[in-house]
Amino acid sequence: MVLINTESASSSPPKLGTQPLLSIRNVAKSFGRNPVLRDISLQVAEGEFLTVLGESGSGKTTLLRIIAGFETADSGEIWMEAQRLDALPPYHRRVNTVFQYYALFPHLTVEENVGYGLKVAKLPKEQSVSRVEQALAMVKMTAYAEFKPGKISGGQQQRVALARALVNRPRLLLLDEPLSALDANLRRQMQVELKSLQREVGIAFVFVTHDQEEAMVMSDRIALLRRGELEQVASPREIYSHPATAYAAQFIGHTNLLTAEVSRGIARCKSLSWPVKLPDGVALFSLRPENIRVAAGNTDSDRIGFRGKVIWQAFHGATELLQIECIDGLLLSMRTASGQNSRGNLLLEFSPEDAIPVRKSQEAEKGL
Amino acid sequence: MELPLRALESSVTASRWLPWHAALVFGFLYLPIVTLIVYSFNGSGVGGFPPRDLTLAWYRLLFADEAIWTSVLNSLLVAIAAVIISLGFGIPAALALDRANFPGKALFRRLVLLPLILPGIITGLSLLMLFREADIKLSLLTIALGHGTALISVATTEVFAGLQKLDRSQEEASLDLGANYWQTFRHVTLPNLRLSIIGAALLIFTLSMDEIAVSFFLIGRDNTLPLEIWGRLRRGITPEINAISSIIFVFSLFAILIWYRLRVASEVQPEIAAELLESPAQGD
Amino acid sequence: MFSRAYRTAITLPPLVWVLVFLLIPYALLFCFSFWSVSPAQSIVHSWTFDNYRELLRVNVYLQTLFRSMWIAARVMLFSLLLGYPLAYYLSFHAGRRKDLFYQLVIIPLWVSYLVRAYAWKTILGSDGVLNTLLQYVHLTQHPLDFLLYSPFAVVLTLTHIYTPFAFLPIYASLEHIPPQLVEASQDLGASPFQTFWRVILPLSIPGVVAGATFSFVLSLGDFLAPLLLGGPSGIMISNIVVSLFGAAYNWPLGAAISFCMMVLVVALLFMSEKLEKKWSFR
Repeated sequence: MVLINTESASSSPPKLGTQPLLSIRNVAKSFGRNPVLRDISLQVAEGEFLTVLGESGSGKTTLLRIIAGFETADSGEIWMEAQRLDALPPYHRRVNTVFQYYALFPHLTVEENVGYGLKVAKLPKEQSVSRVEQALAMVKMTAYAEFKPGKISGGQQQRVALARALVNRPRLLLLDEPLSALDANLRRQMQVELKSLQREVGIAFVFVTHDQEEAMVMSDRIALLRRGELEQVASPREIYSHPATAYAAQFIGHTNLLTAEVSRGIARCKSLSWPVKLPDGVALFSLRPENIRVAAGNTDSDRIGFRGKVIWQAFHGATELLQIECIDGLLLSMRTASGQNSRGNLLLEFSPEDAIPVRKSQEAEKGL
Repeated sequence: MELPLRALESSVTASRWLPWHAALVFGFLYLPIVTLIVYSFNGSGVGGFPPRDLTLAWYRLLFADEAIWTSVLNSLLVAIAAVIISLGFGIPAALALDRANFPGKALFRRLVLLPLILPGIITGLSLLMLFREADIKLSLLTIALGHGTALISVATTEVFAGLQKLDRSQEEASLDLGANYWQTFRHVTLPNLRLSIIGAALLIFTLSMDEIAVSFFLIGRDNTLPLEIWGRLRRGITPEINAISSIIFVFSLFAILIWYRLRVASEVQPEIAAELLESPAQGD
Repeated sequence: MFSRAYRTAITLPPLVWVLVFLLIPYALLFCFSFWSVSPAQSIVHSWTFDNYRELLRVNVYLQTLFRSMWIAARVMLFSLLLGYPLAYYLSFHAGRRKDLFYQLVIIPLWVSYLVRAYAWKTILGSDGVLNTLLQYVHLTQHPLDFLLYSPFAVVLTLTHIYTPFAFLPIYASLEHIPPQLVEASQDLGASPFQTFWRVILPLSIPGVVAGATFSFVLSLGDFLAPLLLGGPSGIMISNIVVSLFGAAYNWPLGAAISFCMMVLVVALLFMSEKLEKKWSFR
């Protein structure tokens, strides 16, 4: 790709080098008396796809707007390599944004929209024309160059918005829920396209979404934001298999949260008990539904066995989610492959290492 | 004719008298205008039924009347100046109301809109006092200042309504793409406000051409058209006035037509005047 | 997102202009109302309540004010009676002709106010269009002389001029009523009249209040229609102000009357704003 340097375009997830591209240091922001972000520190590496994931009101869009320069943080700093970013107006930052509803200029054609940044930068005409052409070709919108944004579909507008941002060769691209206005099918298709485009251009993306599935599919790392605080920053796999908090465990996929009493290396939750390497006291564990299985019969393993009754089942296609009631009334979810005809009383088991200890989140935990 | 869904409720009794009422109101609204035009061609002058002796004599008389045309020219100058002043200050005022916070903002907002609803003579004589105390000689310039000031309200309401419809993220996108505030205003904000501004300009122009209460107090040696007409009316009815009024009416129709075409072209609801009238009484 | 310099650039110029050309003049009006005129016809810049005492002492001022309010009240009533059903018809029954009709209400607003008032004069005069028509069809033998130079002529003309002003906000408020509400009301068994009375009318009250305020306030301060068509019995308060600023040369007294009008108008606007807020549920 002529647009961006190609050497960083690799398929392996980039690692945080010595010098991160963007570092957010202790940023806090309130609207009136309402704290929106508290003490956020986060780093983005060159070429990384980082997703800021959170529910509405978590502060994720505010964080994005602070990076872009539309809001000013109350405290903290933002650095892009050796340059302090938060003192600059939006138009002096080498950061571009894809807006939630694209914010294409309705009075300009697709081509003029894409060329806008180059025009205000007073780039020579020939250069600007060829760069706009390349950008449009990259998002396969060349045929629509003369159209006004009102005349093209949502998915196409999305592509134009991308081209308009990328044509300026930003160091960092911010995307504010850019897929939320699209319907489910197009959305899945765009997820794939967006991810491969990011690999192609090698620019770091900071992608904001409330959709955990989207975050899992696309990201190198996920920064999970909740009520203005970072719960966990890690790769999707890491967050899924080793959630740091109860909230992270629940927000990314389904889970069973077990509150257990630990004493002398044994955790007890009602009639269940399993070995742990934790100090004595109360601890919280996340046990994924797929890690509970119907017992195979051989008891030589170190798996924990227990009895439960299926009280409800939900068909999910390839899998089924079963609601299990244990003898002592404990309710658990488990996932099985579909068509296993699991009914009535079952003998079940799980491995102790699948019960992941998690930090308690401040709120009462949601059910499944 | 196809009725929209909401009309399905049409009660039998209501739908029987409502169209007649509508016809009556339209008749009432248009009777003077039609009379005016018809009698501008009436040989035996204004009044007398039925109209007879179709003639263009009054128009010929009108075109030979220099005083009228001088006053038309004066009015045009005043109206153009008024458009420039009220847009020049009304556009920033609307921007300020939309996106800046400053002490006295609520008062400022009310003050700007006040001349729209306050009897024109109060604004006129207040300005007269100002000019007198400041020892400024009354002339067409003072009238233009008066119109410009009074009609800032129109520019502000119109442009403010346009700003409410403008997606803020468009301006953000422009800043994000490297345009500074001035470039953003010129390339994004202004084109989006184009319709509001043209609408406001047309409205201000027309209102200024017709304004009499403020001009009445600020008049110097040179007459504006309404004041010229006013002076003649006091001397009695003359069909020349029907003729000039008919001409103005035709020009106004053109203005409306331009304005309407612009609105339709951009598929915006034609609620400009309703917004204008609604706003002064609204809270912050 | 807007820098300090940007906000200053958009705020300062209009603020200064409005200060110089609106706030100071209105303040000057207030000051003038406490000054007086010397016998040699120059303004005496010393403070006195005489002008306000004069207003209360001389009957003609209060009488004229009440007459103006009575005229304005009638104009308001007739404008609403003409404007509301028209707005209702356009909004609910006019179908595809709605936009055309709407434009037809707007067009007269673009025709010179002075010219329309003048046109009524040519219609209502003793040898005017209406009287000659009545005689032409032998309905009357002599011209009806109550038509012109009477409060009737003033009310008629002002109603003509301000009906569109009453119509517009009412129409806007009717247009903002979601059609589903009307359907829901019918679905729940309300007759068309009940639907109008219990759903449409209450939701259109802000529009009615705005329309009533406009027609009342604008006609209250009118001075052309009374001068042109009112005759001695149709004189309104603004005419007195105009004469005090003209031939009678008593600016301070005129300023005092104007200031009272201003207070009245601002109070009315304030009340109507409160009323509109109370009745708006959005």
